[in-house]
Amino acid sequence: MSAVQWRLAGVWGALVALLSLTVGASFLLTGAASIVVSLGIAFAKAALIFWFFMQLRGEHGLIRVFAVGASVWLLILFGLASIDYATR
Amino acid sequence: MTEQAYVSGPYVDAEQQRAAGLMGMYVFLGSEIMLFGGLFAAALVIRVLYPHEVVEASKALHIWIGAINTAVLLTSSLAVAVAVHAARQGQRRTVVMLFAIAAVLGVAFLAIKAFEYSREYADGVLPGFSDPARFTGNVEHLFMNLYLIATALHALHVTVGVALLSGVATFVGTERLLLPRRSIVVENTGLYWHLVDAIWVFLYPVLYLAR
Repeated sequence: MSAVQWRLAGVWGALVALLSLTVGASFLLTGAASIVVSLGIAFAKAALIFWFFMQLRGEHGLIRVFAVGASVWLLILFGLASIDYATR
Repeated sequence: MTEQAYVSGPYVDAEQQRAAGLMGMYVFLGSEIMLFGGLFAAALVIRVLYPHEVVEASKALHIWIGAINTAVLLTSSLAVAVAVHAARQGQRRTVVMLFAIAAVLGVAFLAIKAFEYSREYADGVLPGFSDPARFTGNVEHLFMNLYLIATALHALHVTVGVALLSGVATFVGTERLLLPRRSIVVENTGLYWHLVDAIWVFLYPVLYLAR
């Protein structure tokens, strides 16, 4: 296997390890801690997928901006929805 | 053998053309993220309004079936990522083989998902299908509505992805799509598949692991 293939296989290993971790954590944690850990792991997995599998590590800035642009809009959507429900 | 750079339209060079292709794909993927984002916002709201009932409804889902399906999708994404690298090197056979493996894993995901739906149907908690339905309350019904819509919309995307992988593999295999000069097609198909994987990476904890 080439260096690139080893790296991608390593990322896959990390993703599966994070999957085991999030399933394990779901048996131990509840409430806010559970939400923070499970979403934190999900973001870590998504970051690995975007950076290595979707090859953003090799692209220039403009493409990276396009790749995360929708996530920024989503943050606004979630922020506004949260303000609504948090202040009722 | 040297590959003549393939440049068309308004582009000054192959790199600019490739970047424009990727950018267009990411704009489309952004619309997909927003589409699923609305469902995640709904999940957030019902969790905030009914924390206890949502946790109970989530516990009733098949956590291990979901975990296996996550692993299946992650593995298919590895195959696609290696295929994209091979496409840039012009390794036609490797691309065809790896896309075929990824497509088979996608079909396996759908088969496992269908089995899971059948279990939920038997348990009386699949909204619109289970008759009579046996929900523990209105919130479980609401949660299962969200579960069915979100996972079915995702399964639809997996189905489209399998069709894309199979189609591109066929075109590459029969040399109607020449590599590496048209490897952007392989790359963008890969991006779509990875995004479908990434969406599941969020759906799994939000639906199955709410505790």
